Amino acid sequence: MTSDASAGFSRIHRTELTLEVENLSVRYGEVLAVDSVSFTARPGEVTAVLGPNGAGKTSTIEVCEGLRRRSSGHVRVLGLDPHRDRRSLANRMGIMLQEGGVYPSARPIDVVRQYCGLYSSGSGKAANPDELIELVGLSERRRTAWRRLSGGEKQRLSLALALAARPAIVFLDEPTSGVDVNGRTMIRSVIRNLADEGCTVILATHELDEAEKVCDRVVIFDTGKVLVNGTLDDVRKARQAVRLRTAKPLDLDAMPENLAGWLVEEAPGNYTIEDAPQGLIGALAVWLSERGIDVIELRAGMSSLEDVFKDLTGGRS
Amino acid sequence: MSRVPGPLRSQLRAELTVVLRNGEQLLLTLIIPVLLLVFFSTVDVLPTGDVREPIDFLTPGVLALAVMSSAMVSLGIATGFERGYNVLKRLGATPLGRPRWLAAKITTVIVVQMIQLVVLVPVALVLGWEAGSARWLLAVGAVITGTIAFGGVGLFIAGRLRAEINLAAQNGLYLVLLLLGGMVIPFDELPEPLAAVAKCLPSGALADVLRDALVGGADRPGTSWIVLGAWAVVAPALTALTFRWE
Repeated sequence: MTSDASAGFSRIHRTELTLEVENLSVRYGEVLAVDSVSFTARPGEVTAVLGPNGAGKTSTIEVCEGLRRRSSGHVRVLGLDPHRDRRSLANRMGIMLQEGGVYPSARPIDVVRQYCGLYSSGSGKAANPDELIELVGLSERRRTAWRRLSGGEKQRLSLALALAARPAIVFLDEPTSGVDVNGRTMIRSVIRNLADEGCTVILATHELDEAEKVCDRVVIFDTGKVLVNGTLDDVRKARQAVRLRTAKPLDLDAMPENLAGWLVEEAPGNYTIEDAPQGLIGALAVWLSERGIDVIELRAGMSSLEDVFKDLTGGRS
Repeated sequence: MSRVPGPLRSQLRAELTVVLRNGEQLLLTLIIPVLLLVFFSTVDVLPTGDVREPIDFLTPGVLALAVMSSAMVSLGIATGFERGYNVLKRLGATPLGRPRWLAAKITTVIVVQMIQLVVLVPVALVLGWEAGSARWLLAVGAVITGTIAFGGVGLFIAGRLRAEINLAAQNGLYLVLLLLGGMVIPFDELPEPLAAVAKCLPSGALADVLRDALVGGADRPGTSWIVLGAWAVVAPALTALTFRWE
């Protein structure tokens, strides 16, 4: 292993696992919200926890944050138990709740000052309140009561609070929900910079395109289970397929078997072809054009997360 | 400020900012008590009995009302919103911890009560209250006991109800106890069953022991101390058992 000059202020080796979740289950009465889930995260990387609402993302994240008790399994955050060691972890961890967290009449600058103060006795040095406000682009709204901020501005404030500790690990739960385009770009760049400085970033979201733009690693949840877990590229490559969209639905029964046999109908007019042999795409194109059927889209290469997700969950998102 | 304050001071400053910047809470903790004091001592509509000057009856009662408003209503409403808006949950992931959170809450109530005293006592003196015979140490003891009792009741309600319902409940309770409590209306003026209930409430008990400490001639200070003490034990204990953080 070479010396790691880029590990940044967190002083954690990039090869080290800063989050380890092993066979985690969370049960609410009769309901098993998280079912024996395992994944890991590393410093300097953005790990996206993806899945539809109710898939168990927030329950999992809240166990990692020490806010919720696990029913069974094993969780380590920076090598510590998030529930038992929550006081020592609190100084090195930043969190962003899915909703709220701020008193409705409080002003952004006061809340950011409060949070910087809450972290000022820790081993690390808390962030500077004015710099944080500027970083998330709330300088103009610093004295506006929280309840009068827009949804996006509330999310930005919440992000600023997550950074007050200058954390080694941050958990962001749906940070871009209700945020406009400019806000999204800003939040994405903050997230990317954090990871580049060596922070471990856990990003829970159901917005796949947003995650795809910023994450290094993905963990896909559905109904309490992890379906896929790996680097973004690996996950997308594993689902490589040719996608074909035609102007009108094809009658597969009327097509020659050596063509129709490769087509999987996702919906009328929408087809995928996996592991296409040489020449197939060309033959298909010729056959379609001879019969006057227009091709609207013919796309090969890596799948988008959206495609991967639809494949895995059967279209729900 | 040159250095960043530590966790406790940061939290205390945040709590005080919320309370002191909130107009409705100031209405309840300061303006209504002052208005009641001025109105009922200058307009003779309140049946305070022949032997007592209205201001002598009113001063301890309004001080009891002030304690109720800061320790129960103000604390309860703020805490209810903090629960409802996930503030407590968010603080749970910081190094603050529950002991320092509670310390900041209690200190905030004490600061508000100091402001209440600094405003209400001079107003009462101007209106003719004679403080010569007041036993202040006993009065401070009564305020502390009352604060624990009312704080327990306020947090008990805040720890169970939704933020908006809690807001209505705390304000409603304030009004009911104001009317029933022996604070501005003497027990003698209430119909018998109602008076019996009123005497068992922390509001009536606190007004009675404060009346004993500040002017003398209370109804039954011994029993009232027992009632108030019981509330100060039971309400916080019940809160500790039932409080939901989120």
